[in-house]
Amino acid sequence: MQKQHEQLKTNDFVELPKEHYEELETYISGVKDKEGSLIHILHKAQEIFGYLPKEVQLFVSRQVGIPAAKVYGVVSFYSFFTQKPVGKHKISVCMGTACFVKKAEKILDAFAAELGINKGETTEDMLFTLRDVRCVGACGLAPVVFVGDNVHGHVAVEDVKDIIQQYRKGDE
Amino acid sequence: MENVKSQENKQYRIALRNSGLIDPGDISDYIAFRGYEALGKVLTEMEPAEVAKMVKESGLRGRGGGGFPTGLKWEFTLKAPGDEKYLICNADEGDPGAFMDRSILEGDPHSLLEAMVIGGYATGANNGVIYIRAEYPLAIKRLQVAIDQAREMGFLGKDIFGSGFDFDLYLKLGAGAFVCGEETSLIQSVEGKRGEPTKKPPFPSESGYMGKPTTVNNVETFAAVPPIILNGPEWFQGIGTETSKGTKVFALAGDINNVGLVEVTMGTTLREIIFDIGGGIPGGAKFKAVQTGGPSGGVITELDLDTPIDYESLKNIGSMMGSGGMIVMDDSTCMVNIAKFFLEFTQDESCGKCTSCRVGTMRMYEILEKITNGEGTEQDLINLNDLARSVKDTALCGLGQTAPNPVLSTMNYYKHEYEDHVYNKKCTAGSCKALLSYSIDPEKCIGCTACLKVCPTNCIDGKAKEVHVIREDECIACNACFEACKFDAVIKP
Ligand SMILES: Cc1cc2nc3c(=O)[nH]c(=O)nc-3n(C[C@H](O)[C@H](O)[C@H](O)COP(=O)(O)O)c2cc1C
Ligand code: SF4
Ligand code: SF4
Ligand code: SF4
Ligand code: FES
Repeated sequence: MQKQHEQLKTNDFVELPKEHYEELETYISGVKDKEGSLIHILHKAQEIFGYLPKEVQLFVSRQVGIPAAKVYGVVSFYSFFTQKPVGKHKISVCMGTACFVKKAEKILDAFAAELGINKGETTEDMLFTLRDVRCVGACGLAPVVFVGDNVHGHVAVEDVKDIIQQYRKGDE
Repeated sequence: MENVKSQENKQYRIALRNSGLIDPGDISDYIAFRGYEALGKVLTEMEPAEVAKMVKESGLRGRGGGGFPTGLKWEFTLKAPGDEKYLICNADEGDPGAFMDRSILEGDPHSLLEAMVIGGYATGANNGVIYIRAEYPLAIKRLQVAIDQAREMGFLGKDIFGSGFDFDLYLKLGAGAFVCGEETSLIQSVEGKRGEPTKKPPFPSESGYMGKPTTVNNVETFAAVPPIILNGPEWFQGIGTETSKGTKVFALAGDINNVGLVEVTMGTTLREIIFDIGGGIPGGAKFKAVQTGGPSGGVITELDLDTPIDYESLKNIGSMMGSGGMIVMDDSTCMVNIAKFFLEFTQDESCGKCTSCRVGTMRMYEILEKITNGEGTEQDLINLNDLARSVKDTALCGLGQTAPNPVLSTMNYYKHEYEDHVYNKKCTAGSCKALLSYSIDPEKCIGCTACLKVCPTNCIDGKAKEVHVIREDECIACNACFEACKFDAVIKP
């Protein structure tokens, strides 16, 4: 706990919108079994803030009444939770078995090369985050790429540039 | 959902009986297809022990992978001392390449709810939990709607069918951890904790959720229960093989013409599934292997395609039934790379609780990486085999115990491919990047620039009407230039 407080004072403290904290507080106060619902609460927190930085984890630990270390233990255990901010467009390349057999590795490599980042990273302009995900249940369309909620099926290496361009353009 | 339609006659629908037929958002559709009739029968005409016995006699075994007799599991929990008991549905569906459960959850949620109330009655539980992966938002939404409707109609809640039996259930979300599909780990996660497996015994049927007797069953297992109650155990007994009764749903994917879900009777051969129902391999390519059991399973070769599938036969040929992932691979798939793919998955998903699994899967992955990079040695092959055997024998939970299977089975059936990578530095399937180098034949290249335009890494140099050159160190072997060149000038390794 002591260590966590120190971190709060250091420079990596991020200012997050007050309304977000209020929204989360309202949600948590409505949960009956708070400790047993920690994962649900963290899902909600990530939905509100977009990610789970230390500040949000500390807030949850106080609201639920459990040590921050326990919250961190859960956040770090589950891959669904992210502690880093993500880009505006989340590019998720499916690396489930069906997509892998359909050469999804090459698609992932092509996105990484085109964006100049590795998987798990975000471009400097905060536009794109590149991730690999497991089967999204659309194996018939393998290889599958999600950009946000949009599905791109049967993606070929040649399509990669176009897909990125499409979302870049949409932002202009 | 994408259910494979062709050759419907070879398929037999029990678990998927309503999927795609009824409106999952309307309970009256389900009721019209004899929905909640089995529950009525159970609650008004049968004792809990009779229900468990009936399911035992039917021969139903767990569809989540283990194949444990369901009725027997129910009897254990029913007989366990204490009056507070729980029933959990495992809807974590962690195999990365499978979506059987998702289809039932989205297409026929009431069949699961009905079966869970029956299961609660048969095991003495008044509370149920559906543990569902967060990656299935639509399934979560439909389940919630179904639960609300069932409550409203009195199929959930107090004094169901006026029988005096109370049962209610709620959803708990996963958060992306494969190990949480393992039942002891799942129970930890349902309690809101890190999902680390615990030692068995005690089994959940003695001490599970909150330390109380708990039954954990898979979605597809539950889906078979109402028809068994309605049609009787003899009906179910009559379908399938000596040791495995009923049907199994598979998610057919990979290099196959008809991708989607198929439900077949136990004892159907792999050849029938792949070639008759699945329509064979696309593009005239040659069948190479089929993988079942996901990250816990193994590959099956052409030689074993006529094996009638059941829990035992698949084990005998070095694979397993698993939860139903069935990935078909043509000869462009490298078997060493496939083993590496699964090991990357398991080492990433290992919870780290026991050293043998944490370090062992990592070491195996590193060796496979070395081999696919063309740096493998004879000693690596020996070490890989030794490691695989030792992790299998010493890991605490099913994840670690089965993680070596993809390595052991590919090493067994495709030893020559490993040797080719190690001794000849060759990947005959043409998929290991480091062993491939793309180049352009200066004699054939006319300088049309087509390849340069498609190259995702911009590693092709050249001007119009001049010979183009590939900078090999930046090439990711994506094959795009090869496909783009109309003059056969790109040389594929
Ligand atoms: C690593 C691992 C992952 C598992 N994942 C799942 C899963 O996603 N879904 C499932 O139903 N069972 C899964 N199981 C099997 C469960 O532990 C358990 O046996 C099953 O849910 C029991 O239900 P059943 O008897 O109806 O099959 C997994 C087991 C292991 C070892
Ligand atoms: S075998 Fe692997 S996943 Fe299972 S408890 Fe040990 S470290 Fe965790
Ligand atoms: S596409 Fe073929 S012919 Fe055209 S520049 Fe490339 S290698 Fe040369
Ligand atoms: S294989 Fe792909 S990355 Fe390599 S040169 Fe051709 S197009 Fe470029
Ligand atoms: S493996 Fe990619 S959608 Fe299933």
